[in-house]
Amino acid sequence: MFTAHIKITLRPSILDPKGKAAGEALSHLGYSAITNVRIGKFIRLNVDAATREEAYTLAKEACEKLLANEVMEDFTIEIEAR
Amino acid sequence: MARFSILVFPGSNCDHDAYHAAKHVMGSEANFIWHKDTDLQSPDVVIVPGGFSYGDYLRCGAIARFSPVMRSVVDFANKGGLVIGICNGFQILLESGLLPGAMLHNEHLKFACKNVHLRTESTNSPFTNALTNGQVIQVPIAHGEGNYVADADGLKALEDNDQIMFRYCEADGSVTAASNPNGAVSNIAGICNKERNVMGMMPHPERAMEEMLGSTDGRLVFASMLTALGHPQDA
Repeated sequence: MFTAHIKITLRPSILDPKGKAAGEALSHLGYSAITNVRIGKFIRLNVDAATREEAYTLAKEACEKLLANEVMEDFTIEIEAR
Repeated sequence: MARFSILVFPGSNCDHDAYHAAKHVMGSEANFIWHKDTDLQSPDVVIVPGGFSYGDYLRCGAIARFSPVMRSVVDFANKGGLVIGICNGFQILLESGLLPGAMLHNEHLKFACKNVHLRTESTNSPFTNALTNGQVIQVPIAHGEGNYVADADGLKALEDNDQIMFRYCEADGSVTAASNPNGAVSNIAGICNKERNVMGMMPHPERAMEEMLGSTDGRLVFASMLTALGHPQDA
């Protein structure tokens, strides 16, 4: 059994309205050193697979089919053995 | 008589508006199709209505597109059947791949609920043939995620193929940043597919069917479909 840690973010070329609003709020709080705030999604799921590679392949398929929309989002997957 | 099939997902809330528009205002036949059904009941037009299917979980339309009924809708569209997606219905059609692009949160992050003006960008479709090029109509919007996005190549393809049906505009028809209610690229409010039998639009024509509601301009979209189907009638 493996756990997949999936991060989904809007592609760099896509405007992120939520990130922009949070970034502006941080700037109003005086955090002038903080820029380029991007907000995404974190998904954790268990995968019943024989190998790490198989777990990765299944998680990737889940991202491509449902969890992410590749027109506007990128994703990264980290597989952890349980 | 034209037959409209109106999909119903858990969370649809414009299905009855669409039913009323098709049946009582336009005098056509209308049927509701539950999302778990696969029989579309031999429609001439499928309406994918507005609302918040599956609570908009994950992304708007992302889960609805895997409903059993959507497989039938994709088959119906691939055979040339007319499909119109309104608001959440547009989002579902984008997620299902029947239309190109994707939908982001409104640029200002607020839910936008108001009447807007739309400029008719193409009359070459079964959804806009009763309008004239450049005609300005008034139709309401009600959405939090209507910020249409396509990459540069995607946008060029939409323009080259005359797939942009409506743009947000001022009352005089000028397309300005101020008249864009959600940040949509190039002020896009509605598009069709390359084959021109599938259209998605964020504004709600089914809510602009009667004088009592402030505008009857939405009838032009329904009248276009009836004309395309060989049942012309006055809008």
